[in-house]
Amino acid sequence: MPRPRSAEPDLTGSVGFVSTQKVTLFDSDTPLRLARGGVLAPVEVAYETYGELSRRGDNAVFVCHALTGDAHAAGYHPGARRPGWWDTMIGPGKPLDTTRMFVVCANLIGGCQGTTGPASTNPATGAAYGMDFPLLDMVDFVTVHRALLKHLGVTKLVAAFGGSLGGMQVLEWALRYPEDMATAVVIAASSRLSAQNIAFSAVAREAITRDPGFAEGQYAAAGTAPQMGLSIARMMAHITYLSEEAMTTKFGREPQESTFTPGFGADFAVESYLRHQGESFLERFDALSYLYLTRVMDYFDPFADAAATDAIAAAGTKVLVTSFSSDWRFSPMHSQRIVRTLERAGVPVTYRTLQSDYGHDSFLLEVPGYQETVRAYLDRALEELG
Amino acid sequence: MTVVTPLRSDLALIASLIAQGSRVLDLGCADGSLLRHIIDHDRCTGTGVDTDPDSVLGAIRSGVPLIELDVDSDLGMFADDSYDVVVLSRTLQTVRKPSAVLTEMARIAPRCIVSMPNFGYWRNRVRLARGWMPRSKDLPYEWHDTPNIHHATLHELEDLFTGLGLTIAQRVPLRADGRPAKVADHLANLASSSAVYVLTR
Repeated sequence: MPRPRSAEPDLTGSVGFVSTQKVTLFDSDTPLRLARGGVLAPVEVAYETYGELSRRGDNAVFVCHALTGDAHAAGYHPGARRPGWWDTMIGPGKPLDTTRMFVVCANLIGGCQGTTGPASTNPATGAAYGMDFPLLDMVDFVTVHRALLKHLGVTKLVAAFGGSLGGMQVLEWALRYPEDMATAVVIAASSRLSAQNIAFSAVAREAITRDPGFAEGQYAAAGTAPQMGLSIARMMAHITYLSEEAMTTKFGREPQESTFTPGFGADFAVESYLRHQGESFLERFDALSYLYLTRVMDYFDPFADAAATDAIAAAGTKVLVTSFSSDWRFSPMHSQRIVRTLERAGVPVTYRTLQSDYGHDSFLLEVPGYQETVRAYLDRALEELG
Repeated sequence: MTVVTPLRSDLALIASLIAQGSRVLDLGCADGSLLRHIIDHDRCTGTGVDTDPDSVLGAIRSGVPLIELDVDSDLGMFADDSYDVVVLSRTLQTVRKPSAVLTEMARIAPRCIVSMPNFGYWRNRVRLARGWMPRSKDLPYEWHDTPNIHHATLHELEDLFTGLGLTIAQRVPLRADGRPAKVADHLANLASSSAVYVLTR
């Protein structure tokens, strides 16, 4: 049968066409109890799965997404030209090999891509939660994802697996419930944001909250949106995701058009790129989700509790930590702090600093040694499961 | 089914010097075969350290906890007395500051096992006497393309150990094939191609 070739993505090594599922996991009888107080019900969760769950339910990997990610980690949505955000990692024959593993990815609570968040309808009022949405903690993400795994019939994870905020969530999960998983894979993450990290988050939030369209957080009810603030937040965050080398390689000092038109427009290619990033972000992200989720990162500091490593050390859960040499958002020092703390607690921990010029975003890319490291680690983990 | 390859003879010797149930840090662990062996057979736990990309992947694939770091600058990662034994096998001659590395090792564990090629081996002396830099199984590299940036005889090596306040609890001279050389103590510097030392504080 003839196919329109140009419109079809190349499905080699891909999980193929996928769709996002939804499930309601908490209702008014059994609401989600949040770590900082308050309850939430119902909680709807958007998720995708790839591969098949074994009869014993023990070949699963839970993939935790980064700040602005979603449940669509791999494969193609019908009609889409670009695959899910971690398609380099997930698929048949890839490091998260879907011929052997059952891979689950879900949108975070507090997010805006199908899972309940500040933009969802508050059943008590019939309007969007807005700022009435409760404050979240890293462990709330874990609580919701454990409920999803129970719903799916997963008995044990081969790995909890995540990058950036996703890696922070994996760390929280591994420290709280190490018996859930054989291994924890923490990529380009942090156990504690630095003052510089928090400063960037703070400016992003200021841009959003000072936008007149923010309307004290009740912008959904007011019929406005802090678009300017959210796009500036995204533009600034995007700078922190790339290294100086990566920006030089990608844009240099090239003009956006064939020649410069001196003035105050987006004359350099990098300016135009950032503007595009800021604008396209508006189509897919909610400003309050940005506030709620970045705040979870700011307050995250699991090792502040001296007993934080007791459970994982007792359970014998293995941890893989990787960082990227040019990442200055979460530099290798952030990862090394995680490694040092776990190693000193007697946790079997493996660590690599991978050489890459692409900055924080390296974790989403193919980097020499990176996919091989994950593959070697998970192949061994599967082998040990027997 | 895992294929069991026998442990290289010099590593087998080192394994025999490690008590059952020890927590072992192996600096320059290559593919992790020593650690894999003592974890599987001797109830040991431990961590390997290496930076060679193929070695690192091999160790990870074999399930040995592996931390990629620079032995010269990053041993501060490990806490005082956090291991029972630190192993440095055929690596001391490649680090920038052997004395600093040995001092760190002695901080991390009460017992260190160190092996190093012996520049004073009689075959090396013969080659040098004929006007050529030594080349042997233990010193296989061209002078301009070698990871070995320090050369010492056993005399000089032992002087360094004692100078750092380390006690030589045991010395095992090795032949070129990595098996123990049965030689009188005073001939070790002449008759051994390399040697393994057990050091205590």
